[in-house]
Amino acid sequence: MAPITMIEGIRQAMFEEMDRDPAVVAIGEDIGVYGGAFKATEGLLAKFGRERVIETPISETAIVGAACGMGFLGLRPVAEMQFIDFIACCFNQVTNFVAKSHYLWGAPVPMVIRGPSGGGVHGGPFHSANPEMYFVHTPGLKIIYPSTPSDAKGLLKSAIRDNNPVLFFEHKFLYRRIKEEVPEGDHLVPIGKAIVRREGTDLTIISYAAMAHTSMEAAEQLAKEGIEAEVIDLRTLLPLDRETILTSVKKTNKLLIVHEDTRTGGIAGEIAAIVCEGAFEDLDGPIARVTGLDTPVPYAPTLEERFLPNTEKIVAAARELAKY
Amino acid sequence: MSNPLTREQHLELYYFMQLNRQLEERMVRLFRQNKIVGGLYSSLGQEAVSVGSCYPLEKKDWIAPMIRNVGALLVKGVPPRDIFTQHMAKYTSPTQGKDGTSHFGDLKVRHIVSPISMLGDLIPVMTGVAMAGRYLGQNIVALTWIGDGGSSTGAFHEGLNLAAQQRAPFVLIVENNQWAYSTPVSRQVPVKNLADRAVAYGIRSWIVDGNDVLAVYNASKEAVDECRAGRGPALIEVKTMRMRGHAQHDPAEYVPKQMFDYWKARDPITLYEKYLTENKIWDSKAKAEIDARIERELDVEQKFAEDSPMPPPELAEEGVYCDGCHEIEAAWQRPKAEVMPPRCSIEPGWQVKDYGSYAEVEAITKQIAAPVVAGGGNGSKVAKPVVKSGGKPPQKQQPRLAEPETPDIPRVPFGRGPKDKSVRETQNPRDRHQNPRDKRGRR
Repeated sequence: MAPITMIEGIRQAMFEEMDRDPAVVAIGEDIGVYGGAFKATEGLLAKFGRERVIETPISETAIVGAACGMGFLGLRPVAEMQFIDFIACCFNQVTNFVAKSHYLWGAPVPMVIRGPSGGGVHGGPFHSANPEMYFVHTPGLKIIYPSTPSDAKGLLKSAIRDNNPVLFFEHKFLYRRIKEEVPEGDHLVPIGKAIVRREGTDLTIISYAAMAHTSMEAAEQLAKEGIEAEVIDLRTLLPLDRETILTSVKKTNKLLIVHEDTRTGGIAGEIAAIVCEGAFEDLDGPIARVTGLDTPVPYAPTLEERFLPNTEKIVAAARELAKY
Repeated sequence: MSNPLTREQHLELYYFMQLNRQLEERMVRLFRQNKIVGGLYSSLGQEAVSVGSCYPLEKKDWIAPMIRNVGALLVKGVPPRDIFTQHMAKYTSPTQGKDGTSHFGDLKVRHIVSPISMLGDLIPVMTGVAMAGRYLGQNIVALTWIGDGGSSTGAFHEGLNLAAQQRAPFVLIVENNQWAYSTPVSRQVPVKNLADRAVAYGIRSWIVDGNDVLAVYNASKEAVDECRAGRGPALIEVKTMRMRGHAQHDPAEYVPKQMFDYWKARDPITLYEKYLTENKIWDSKAKAEIDARIERELDVEQKFAEDSPMPPPELAEEGVYCDGCHEIEAAWQRPKAEVMPPRCSIEPGWQVKDYGSYAEVEAITKQIAAPVVAGGGNGSKVAKPVVKSGGKPPQKQQPRLAEPETPDIPRVPFGRGPKDKSVRETQNPRDRHQNPRDKRGRR
């Protein structure tokens, strides 16, 4: 099978799931004739028609609210945020209505909210956000943030079949920059399972999304210096795969966490707490982190580069940690 | 003038309204005995709205009640014990104590979506319910309520606009009870009638006397029928009055005494009792029988709730996710093949009928204005609150679309200050502009 991009993986997941199950519908802004701002839904309208590819006004609250209502009747809507930054517009609908329905009154909401996220493409402060942690703090949601075409396809298919509301973050820097062969057939990747991208013995680097790739580059560079880093790609942020995290830390005894999201309140803090609770005595050094700055994502390339973690920053932090 | 309801249905309306009131009166007593765990929100004086608007719905239809729509829950078949146990946070309540008040639902049997406290959110959700019902071929109508206060939220606008754009079979009851907590309507919105907002969505609307259960029923029936026939959505503003504070703790001293007096003389249950008597639909014996039945039922239901246990603490940790505990299966009422390729495929593309230029304004306005003529309604008549119709067969409420602001529309006696000049000044120029039949606004 020919290698495909991440955006193609997402598109394939949508086509396959809508083909498989008439309960799956797509809803969002400009997703029909135009095929979505990033063309993730291109061709869906022609194949599945207006009843299943629902183009809406610019109304994020109404999109998520309507998708929730459709879920109550047993449909499996996939709502697109044109940019995930705009999920802030429907924060209440997501966190108070959708996330709490099952816990409070036993109403599962089988829906997916997906959208392009992340920086590195000079999108500016309102088209580059990583708002995942607002939602990781919300019980009832599942949060997925894949880094490869294969995972994006397999996890989106799993998300659509899940009985819970799933937020599916798609790093736009990765949309067309990497290609990969995707397994044939009904390719599903389980939600809630991290993956070890690279085995190592000297320290563990935990990351996800675009930073999983940057972390891999850093690990290759570190290997040339004789430091063997184990790289974990979380893939799912909620529920978090504690087992994979703890197993790796117990093996390498050192932990570096890398994320593009801002530093304060980023998932690095939560992972550090998990490791302190579950593997404190296995640690040979302080838990280190390389993250985005505690600022909005700035626009100018020089500023954005300063904001984002990169290979050099990760390598430098890993070198320091390896000294312990 | 004819009223299609049978005698049994007339009596059932009374039963539900009185059950609504007696249930809530009992809860006031329970609240004073510290048996209600959280807040208690009364719908005293608004029973006709909840009961009258829910009554035209069929079993398959969906509702999402607000906090003051206990009557609608009863009409939908929710037993009073569910409302008692919810307020008392009992393990036997529909949410097992995880939430209180009327915050509970029933997806499978009664088709009720649970409300949340953030106002307006139910409007897009019920729009989605309506859209899904249509997609599945169920021919359902979805109905929810919003207060005068909640009509100022962003979700109200987004939801109603989407419903209109999708032509969803969705009915919105705007329950204007004059007060959003302590704020009167005149301090919330610069429009005379909340139903005027329907014009902006290009949907049909009605204004009815919310204390006249038959008027509420008739308008709701018409709106529900319209939606089921594919001519939704619809909006009904009901003029009523919240006869207690926002919740039990609130003595509502900000409400003028005369305002309470005015509305007390228009109590929906007293008005309806009078109507039933004057039209010889019942006699004192029939009333006594219903009242006794309500007492009997509520005794049993209240006892059940009081005897129920609190939830076990460990329940707090359960149920965040659906891990296969619920089976999710859409109830298809049409062949699935209709929505599967190749039958569902269409030519992708838009038809743009005009270019949106200023020169086309007149033609577009004529299109919007047309349904007013088709509806046959005289706007100035329908806006009149029928405060004394309890003794007469109710008049059919005419649907409205783009009502003109005419000087002879009687003002609603309370809830909108007729002397408030700032309201009039900000309102008039805009009304001219909105009114498609008024050329002055455009020239």
